Amino acid sequence: MNKELKILAVVVFFTGLLYWGVEPYAHHAMHAKYDGQGNEIKIESHGFVYDGTTEANVNGVIVADLERKVMEEGSPEPKAVLAAKLAAAKDIQSKKASFWKEVGTIAELKGDATAGEAGFASCMGCHNGLNMNMGGVIPPNLDHAGALYDKNYLIALLKDPAMASNVDHKYADTSMHPMGSIKGTMSHQQIADVVAFMKEKKAAEPTAKQAFMEACVRCHAMRYDKVTQLGEAPKTKENIKTGHDIEAMKYAQKVAEEQATLATYMGKLPPDLSMIIRARSGHFMETFIEDPQTQLPGTSMPRVGLSEEGYEKVHQYLMDIGDPSKPARDIAAPWVLGFFVIFTILAYLWKRHQWKDLH
Amino acid sequence: MSTRRDFMGMALGGFTAAGAIGGLYAAKRTWDPLPSVKAAGSTVIDLSEAIEGEPMTEKWRGKPIFVLKKTAEMPAHDRDVVVDGARYHVSIALCTHLGCIPAYKKADQTFFCACHGGVFDTSGTNLPGLPPPSPLEIPPFKIEGNTLVLGSEGPEYLEMKKNNLVV
Amino acid sequence: MAKIDEKAFPFSKQWLDDRLALTTVMKVLNTEYWIPKNINFLWAMGMILAATFGILLISGIFLLMYYVPTVEGAFDSVNYTIMTEVGYGWLWRHIHGIGASLVFLIIYIHMFTGIYYGSYKRGREMIWISGMLLFVLFSAEAFSGYMLPWGQMSYWAGMVITNLFSGGSLEAYGLVEWIRGDYVPGQAFLGRFFMLHVLLLPLVIIGAIVFHFATLRLPHVNNQDGEEVDFEESARLWKEGTVESRKKSEVIPFSPVFLSKDIFVMGVYFILFFYLVFYNFNFAMDPVNFDPADGLKTPAHIYPEWYFLWSYEILRPFSKDLGLIAFAIAQVIFFALPFLDRSPNVAPASKRGLFQIWFWLMLVDIIVLTFMGKLPPTDPAFAFIGLVSAVLFFVLWAALPFITMFEKKIKE
Repeated sequence: MNKELKILAVVVFFTGLLYWGVEPYAHHAMHAKYDGQGNEIKIESHGFVYDGTTEANVNGVIVADLERKVMEEGSPEPKAVLAAKLAAAKDIQSKKASFWKEVGTIAELKGDATAGEAGFASCMGCHNGLNMNMGGVIPPNLDHAGALYDKNYLIALLKDPAMASNVDHKYADTSMHPMGSIKGTMSHQQIADVVAFMKEKKAAEPTAKQAFMEACVRCHAMRYDKVTQLGEAPKTKENIKTGHDIEAMKYAQKVAEEQATLATYMGKLPPDLSMIIRARSGHFMETFIEDPQTQLPGTSMPRVGLSEEGYEKVHQYLMDIGDPSKPARDIAAPWVLGFFVIFTILAYLWKRHQWKDLH
Repeated sequence: MSTRRDFMGMALGGFTAAGAIGGLYAAKRTWDPLPSVKAAGSTVIDLSEAIEGEPMTEKWRGKPIFVLKKTAEMPAHDRDVVVDGARYHVSIALCTHLGCIPAYKKADQTFFCACHGGVFDTSGTNLPGLPPPSPLEIPPFKIEGNTLVLGSEGPEYLEMKKNNLVV
Repeated sequence: MAKIDEKAFPFSKQWLDDRLALTTVMKVLNTEYWIPKNINFLWAMGMILAATFGILLISGIFLLMYYVPTVEGAFDSVNYTIMTEVGYGWLWRHIHGIGASLVFLIIYIHMFTGIYYGSYKRGREMIWISGMLLFVLFSAEAFSGYMLPWGQMSYWAGMVITNLFSGGSLEAYGLVEWIRGDYVPGQAFLGRFFMLHVLLLPLVIIGAIVFHFATLRLPHVNNQDGEEVDFEESARLWKEGTVESRKKSEVIPFSPVFLSKDIFVMGVYFILFFYLVFYNFNFAMDPVNFDPADGLKTPAHIYPEWYFLWSYEILRPFSKDLGLIAFAIAQVIFFALPFLDRSPNVAPASKRGLFQIWFWLMLVDIIVLTFMGKLPPTDPAFAFIGLVSAVLFFVLWAALPFITMFEKKIKE
């Protein structure tokens, strides 16, 4: 018996070692990110607080990396190129810092919801729920905007949409953010008022699905819940004489056209999110949604600007669709495991009896 | 060997059998029709499209359905579905003999089954002396405005069912 | 025709014995199939493998009822229909995934048990060879099954592994296309690997399992000291039936005595198995495979499932042709173990001097190779460790005949 336990210890040790190597350790090594000096960069969520910290961190790494490269470069010509890049990076760094500083000052103003109503009304020209593509993408429905999005983010968005979403690199050349025309048109007080209006009047708690529909669906489909970029797919009926469902075909074409416009605008078609919660870790999703640039530098996905509560709703919906067996697992697990524990005890008693007089 | 051996062995065997029943339950659930199949078990028929004296064919749960808006000359029957004063004959278009689809003969105002010569009148009643043992079956229906929802049991259907008219 | 008892009641014991020799069969396979007493729980791995194969077969049958083997339908049939719609579909899928992973863990334990105790030589060569054949068949079964969800890992594993058949500088791309039935893994590829996974390979595996059992019958299983057991004398003592004679006997019958221990070990194994099924299934279902197959986008990291990592790593550190040759040798070298071990000793490695060092080095080397196989190859430190381990693997095999040739004979 003693010997068997020793053998078991050896087997367990090597099995555990193997597991540690191919799972926790390998994942750690695969997903680690390093800065220019080879130090590991820890990407952490900031609890969905938007104050320019993530931008400062990301830009800090870029600047530090370029500074090191400029130092190391010997020949003058590439050195000059690197120096120019460094200057540009520093420029972006300071622009972002002052932008978020200003957002901070607006956040301290006291907004007047009543005064903000008129300003919000003009948003309705585009955010009208008509599923019309404008400049590449469908403007989102704002019914629960106050509950879903963070206050600082909303302020930043009204001030400069590209900067707020941290996708200004996309519009560096000639193109403009679809909501870019708003930039610089509102006074600080007007911004504070409109945000106050949303935070008061558009703040009803959304369901998990509503949160997803408003925050994600204009770009991402959810086919396992029959949701496309145009929203909920309509129920249609086939023509029983031909076997074809013409309405469904027409709808499919509309979706395909919307996807083509979107893919041109975004550079690629944003993925269907039905299985995303299984394909990416919880940590990835959290930091990615907070600021896509932290996980995929250069991506055209904008920051969504969700508040912590808003993120939890969206996450809940992703879980509901991507991992629907969780409740059934939780019910079955104690029964099945309990069965095998008792099974093993009975088997042990039987074994002990069979082997009783053998030695 | 002692009796205890039998006891422990049998206890283990019995317990394993109980577990196997649990496994069989899971297997049974796996064989059940899928929820999407069940959800698709309802069909809405728009009666405004019906033309008097011209039966239309619909599909419900994979089976063909006759919907015949009766003309004034066609005899009324307790099996008729009355919507907005108009009388309709609604039935599963499968002969009650062996399940072939009868065809409507406009001249005779009958449904004729080519397989074994069964004939039904415009109320779906089988004519005597022919193979079909019973009238055409009426599917569960519910009247909603000018539409008929097949797959749910409305009061009119339950009334017919009570009077043994649906089969 | 043999004599039959005319009066026997239909389907009674005598009636069946006359027709099927039931009692004899039970004796040969169960009550008089002698197993040495001197064994430990590692001897239960064979039955655990048989049970796991049974579980894979049953869960696979239920998955098969809803799986759609088309490139358009496969991913959604697995991830939506089976996981969302089918009653307990998730249970079959988790059992199938965990079973596929654990079956390899047990196979490796089974293999290394055999190597440690020298259970592959002096009459037991065919047990080893048929077992290795099963290992190769299970590998093929696992690989073909991995194609079926048609996610990114399925597609790219299919791409990379079939490319191996181009033979490096031989550039046999015609062969690769023939295997795929297309220029890239597509419908033809999915269809044929589906067929292999659910029909041809399982049939061959069942045949090979029967063969593996058959190879055991004459030489009998080994024991943990490598002793020569006098099976006839021990069987006689057991059949005498007294407590004293049974104590003196060196053997036990397969059923019920050996089986009772097997079933207890199996119980422990099933607790682990179902714990993983309910609470830690992610390790057997790679996250990357939850992205649908996309022939225009390679995932950032491509690696096989953990049980193929060591041989994958042997391929990686070398140039293309050398890597392929190394990989090919690594796949078959274990078959040759009974012939490369030149020592007549059948004994645990702990009593075999240098061979003991060889055994532990080989085990650790394969674990290190497994680690390195999953790590990104870009890191020079990892790449170096990978290269050293791969070289060590071949050095060990080359050294085996010499180590064992000079091994001291333990007994006559």
